[in-house]
Amino acid sequence: MSTRQFGQPIKRNEDPRLLTGRALFTDDVQMAGMLHAAFLRSDLAHARIRSIDVQGASRRPGVAAVYTAGDLGEFWQPGPLLVPPPPVEQLEFHQRTQVPLARGKVRHAGEAVAMVVAESRYLAEDALDDIFVEYEPLDAVIDLEAALSEGAPLVYEDLGHNVSARVTQTKGDWTQAESEADLVIRRRFLYDRGAAAALENRGIVASWDEKSQRLTIWDTTQAPIAIRNGLASMLGLSERQVRVIAPFIGGGFGPKIMMFYPEEVLLAWAALQLGSPLKWIEDREENFFATTQERGQVHDAAIALKADGTILGVKDIFLHDAGAYAPYGLTVPINSQCTLLGPYVVPSYHSEFTSVFTNKPIVTPYRGAGRQHGVFVMERLLDLAAKELDLDLVEIRRRNFIPPDSFPYSNEIIFQDFAPLVYDSGNYEPALERALELIGYREFIATEQPRREKAGERVGIAVVNYIEGTGIGPYEGARVTVEASGEVSVATGVGTQGQGHYTSFAQVVAEQIGVAVSDVHVVTGDTDLFYWGAGTFASRGAVVAGNAMHAAAAKVRAKILKLAGKKLEAAEEDLELIEGRVQVKGVPQTSISLGQLAVEANPMRGAVQPGMEPGLEATEYFGPERGATASGVHAMILKVDPETFLLEIEKYVVVHDCGTVINPLILDGQIQGGVAQGIGNAFYEQLHFDDNGALLNASLMDYLVPTASDVPNVVSDHVVTPSPLNPLGVKGAGEAGAIPVGALFAQALDNAFRDIGLEVREIPLSPNRLFELVTETAAREAV
Amino acid sequence: MDRTLDRTITVKVNGREYERSVEPRLLLSDFLRHEIGLTGTHVGCEHGVCGACTVLLDNEAVRSCLLFAVQTNGREVATVEGLDAGPQQLHPIQHGFWEAHGLQCGFCTPGILMSLVPFLEQNPDPTEKEIRDLLSGNICRCTGYQKIVEAVQLGARLIQEKSS
Repeated sequence: MSTRQFGQPIKRNEDPRLLTGRALFTDDVQMAGMLHAAFLRSDLAHARIRSIDVQGASRRPGVAAVYTAGDLGEFWQPGPLLVPPPPVEQLEFHQRTQVPLARGKVRHAGEAVAMVVAESRYLAEDALDDIFVEYEPLDAVIDLEAALSEGAPLVYEDLGHNVSARVTQTKGDWTQAESEADLVIRRRFLYDRGAAAALENRGIVASWDEKSQRLTIWDTTQAPIAIRNGLASMLGLSERQVRVIAPFIGGGFGPKIMMFYPEEVLLAWAALQLGSPLKWIEDREENFFATTQERGQVHDAAIALKADGTILGVKDIFLHDAGAYAPYGLTVPINSQCTLLGPYVVPSYHSEFTSVFTNKPIVTPYRGAGRQHGVFVMERLLDLAAKELDLDLVEIRRRNFIPPDSFPYSNEIIFQDFAPLVYDSGNYEPALERALELIGYREFIATEQPRREKAGERVGIAVVNYIEGTGIGPYEGARVTVEASGEVSVATGVGTQGQGHYTSFAQVVAEQIGVAVSDVHVVTGDTDLFYWGAGTFASRGAVVAGNAMHAAAAKVRAKILKLAGKKLEAAEEDLELIEGRVQVKGVPQTSISLGQLAVEANPMRGAVQPGMEPGLEATEYFGPERGATASGVHAMILKVDPETFLLEIEKYVVVHDCGTVINPLILDGQIQGGVAQGIGNAFYEQLHFDDNGALLNASLMDYLVPTASDVPNVVSDHVVTPSPLNPLGVKGAGEAGAIPVGALFAQALDNAFRDIGLEVREIPLSPNRLFELVTETAAREAV
Repeated sequence: MDRTLDRTITVKVNGREYERSVEPRLLLSDFLRHEIGLTGTHVGCEHGVCGACTVLLDNEAVRSCLLFAVQTNGREVATVEGLDAGPQQLHPIQHGFWEAHGLQCGFCTPGILMSLVPFLEQNPDPTEKEIRDLLSGNICRCTGYQKIVEAVQLGARLIQEKSS
């Protein structure tokens, strides 16, 4: 091949459309006669519904319909359980999933109680004011420990308790580790809720065409194929009658992988009932209640070590906040459980969690998906151990790294994909060394920090490690077609939310077929163009769909060579694919264009020979046996303003190993964006619920998403340890930037305030909270 | 439906004049997107924080979700659709964003581009600090801003090259 496409920082195919305002987002869909939906949502987190009076709303001019749970008949069903519990022994699991409209009782603030359909969104929202709901308020279940106490109010009375699930996983013998240890450290760690806050809120347009008997849905979903299959089944339609299009999507980050949101099923159902196209676009306030959230956990953890810092074992018992419904099963807490072990040899592990129903919005994965919590607990335990053992923070980590010759490395427990937690590959020390070099670790500790502290500054440094299980199954597929123009069209089932799939997938294909990346046209997320697939989640697009692309393109390449060999009367091995043509190696005069070959492969006369398929096209699937394990190191130097407790991040370093890199430009963007969300999670963003379950900061004025003034430039570098589990050797990268940031902030702040012995055991922080922690610690020190 | 309160407005958008009868409460963002079909202007929060809906009103950057359409009567609005001179002729700022990977999902991008147009006219050679101060009025949830800053620097250079 003359020019390599794979691995190059190629600018994106999709950008001109996005930059000129010509890309289609869901709310851009306009149809004649379209009606608009709005939802009446409960202000109360926990209440019985005594009555709902919709008469006034129904009578309002311009209102087409008003629906409550009672109007849905047989269609009213709890949503499906998206991920069943994994095959872990003695697991306890109580299935409770979301409902289309609340019936009898509301279980979180913002739960939908009624839907209005009207001629415009303005009229639909007007009509909400005419609906009268009589509630009987109930005590709310908010605090995780209180939820499990005797006599606590119950989210589900029929359950008799608030336990959603209990799971214990172990390796080795913790009791023995504890008894043999020179040091055991025990602490409680808190990790509270935040919102993904994608800039585009959710939205759905549904349109039933009577003549073709087909339902078309534009949906801000990360999983269009699963949505098609589910809606077809719920509505009694054939899958072929439903087309789901996930067009350009303004950020996903996880909550858009949650499936069968109430609005998703209701819009599709009502479009059939009314025979008119129907649109619903979430507003920002709704997004804070009705879109899923993540992160609430309380960990009681212990680490047992030898005096030289060698880890003997970890014990972690934690509570996980499931919210009011748990459609996504145990993915988030299982990720916490499995990611805690990190890149370290942990001979014994006892991990036990209880997932708790609360009267808060539903919890499903948000970028990192529980991995943050595990990393936070482990890295904090190591920090505390290093302090007790008088070891360097870096040295204690280095001593416990899994050696590079130990892969595949089994951790003997079950991961979220139901496969054993086996790291496929890794090489941790070089990444750590590179990060230390880039941040200037030794120099900072030895000279810069003492000098600046002497001058009255408060500065801290931190270095943390993490691993990330990425690219899990079950499978994705791709179809690659060379068209008569010589350009290549590619389709896959995964949706895209800004990850650059139109370009990275095109690079994978271009590499095989010898065309320019700009001549490869990728379509994602249209169920009419690709039938099979799972979705975009768990940093899996590049790994799973990318390898399906590679397989399909390789097959098309073989077809091209076979046909060209005949046409050019040359042996296949003497041919090369170059700039849209096939030529005899080194003889450009003897060549044929791909477009001409595509025409020849689809003849109008004559016969396609037995065993041959027409066209230059192939469809292939890829399903990894288990996920690929990415890893990395983050390092940071920060300065604390002694008056305001605002932070300035002076330097931020990421050294990351996601195997083979497809497009370094896109990869850097993913890392930098992840870090920004991690910083928000660590120091700016916290959802504040009061004791009644009311969310007190449901606006972007009060929920602080980091701005360009808060996020530093990230210095990044890569170590490449290709995954042996897929032909491209890639591992996922989508979540890596966000995962270890909480742990990094905690370590850096402890370091900056080591004179008073600060010990940060919670995330998110804020200037206020940091001030409180520092004041409390200083007061304790003074006693 | 009571339309007796409707007002007729005449507004020039991207150089083209539109006359429409609108409800006084119709937001400018909804007018642009749903009345005249210019959906490049995006709506992210509807309370003036995120900046995705930024357009130019008489060449000044404004939040179209905080204005009513009637307030633009007799005035000129510019949106992202008016920025390029055709599909193959991007504005230098758009080029900067393309080359420097200054966008991921692209939802916030139109608002950022429109904030930058008057900014770069007034500050043809901005420092990183000035760029970050300007950008802090727009939320981007994907990029971490680093490549947006690079994109603005590149865009500023391209504008200068074009005019010199």
